[in-house]
Amino acid sequence: MQSTLVKETAAVQLGGVERRFGQVEALAGVDLAVGEGEIVAIVGPSGCGKSTLLELVAGLQQPDAGVVDAPLASYMPQKDLLLPWRDALGNAALALEAGGTRRGEARRRAAPLFERFGLGGFERTPPYELSGGMRQRVAFLRTLLPGRPLLLLDEPFASLDSLTRGEMQSWLADALGAEPRTTLLVTHDVEEALYLADRVAMMSPRPGRVVAELEVRLPRPRPRRETITDSAFVELKEEALEALGC
Amino acid sequence: MLKRVLPAVGLLLIALGAWWWVASWDSVDDLLLASPSETWQAVRDDHELLLDNAWVTLIEVLLGLAIAIAAAFALAVAMHLVRPLRDAAYPLLVASQAVPIFVLAPIFVLAFDYGIGPKLALVALISFFPIAVGLLDGLRSVEADLLKLMQSLGASRAFRLTRVELPAALPAFFSGLRIGASVAVIGAVFGELAGADEGLGRLIFLGNNQLETPRVYAGVVILTVMAVSLFALVSLAERVAVPWRTKT
Repeated sequence: MQSTLVKETAAVQLGGVERRFGQVEALAGVDLAVGEGEIVAIVGPSGCGKSTLLELVAGLQQPDAGVVDAPLASYMPQKDLLLPWRDALGNAALALEAGGTRRGEARRRAAPLFERFGLGGFERTPPYELSGGMRQRVAFLRTLLPGRPLLLLDEPFASLDSLTRGEMQSWLADALGAEPRTTLLVTHDVEEALYLADRVAMMSPRPGRVVAELEVRLPRPRPRRETITDSAFVELKEEALEALGC
Repeated sequence: MLKRVLPAVGLLLIALGAWWWVASWDSVDDLLLASPSETWQAVRDDHELLLDNAWVTLIEVLLGLAIAIAAAFALAVAMHLVRPLRDAAYPLLVASQAVPIFVLAPIFVLAFDYGIGPKLALVALISFFPIAVGLLDGLRSVEADLLKLMQSLGASRAFRLTRVELPAALPAFFSGLRIGASVAVIGAVFGELAGADEGLGRLIFLGNNQLETPRVYAGVVILTVMAVSLFALVSLAERVAVPWRTKT
């Protein structure tokens, strides 16, 4: 299915990227390539510089050495960061308003996505009356709306309970199926990475580097329960855990 | 609601009872302390006089508060946007609060004449500080991650200020305004004591000189009611303007 929001997707190229904060070496030579329309998950232990890497790709930080070649990206932080004084639709529309679109027009363009992505009827609900999963959906739509070719998702479901997280993973898989984008997803959950991504890059503890990559050759769409209990998936999971040394 | 009002009413009754009891002592001069019933009598006898003067004071308080809000708003936003200005002006802001208002009052009256001017200046001066500090803190209360998100969305500085920082500052602004509104009455009274033709402060001052003790107490009671009402009004405005405060 063709995306209604972007004309083209684009590739990401990272070469020898280094980043330090004072004495702390966060990233030590990260090499990573993400193809057009590819979904790549980055997995690694806490503090390995995953979030720093995303902010570098988003252009929110500059590398101390190396090359970051990436198109304009939409960034979704860990917390939903919804504004309590705006309703759900207004929060999604914020992404367009920040780029200069007028309020009414922004809301009108955001509305169809609510129907498409299971948020119909919640347009006027304030964020504090939404469940954690619903809040993340709104935050994700806010990320999709500017129509940028690259999505950067920083542990989007880390704050959810495990049942809701599973549900949100299927939801995100469907959403990315309907709105294909080049996607870089950071997570500490190996299962989540394998389920959502085409390829998983594993990072070492700090200073972070990509130490192994794993292709996930599973057909799409991937119904979640069948997929994660499938023997091919379990094998991949074992392989990934071994590469991470856990 | 009743559950929350009852303790306040109870404590008020206890305070009234204590007042009554102390006023009934023979050793307490009637010129020093009027009893609640004498005060009530004064309210009833002089209600026209009291209300006319209370109206004058209320206008001073409301206009002064409006000036304080406008000034606090302008200064807080300017200080928030320009870091050097913030560093430079903060000590002065604190200093403005440290100047004893009753020393300033006569000077203000000399400078601005007998009219409403010096009263407004004093009300604004006394209530400006908590409002400005509340706004400044509120403007800075936005999470770093949210600012990062706004940056990644390409939001301009003006967009960040008007759509994110100012709404986020509302709860802290109202906290400051509640304090500002309750002390505003003090500013008006000092202004009137230093020189005025009308107002509750002047009435109290004259009552003192003429040994009309019950009338003095009646004036104080009305001032108190005014301050409490202002506080309640601000709280009500906050519930309307910041519905998320109690829910997040």
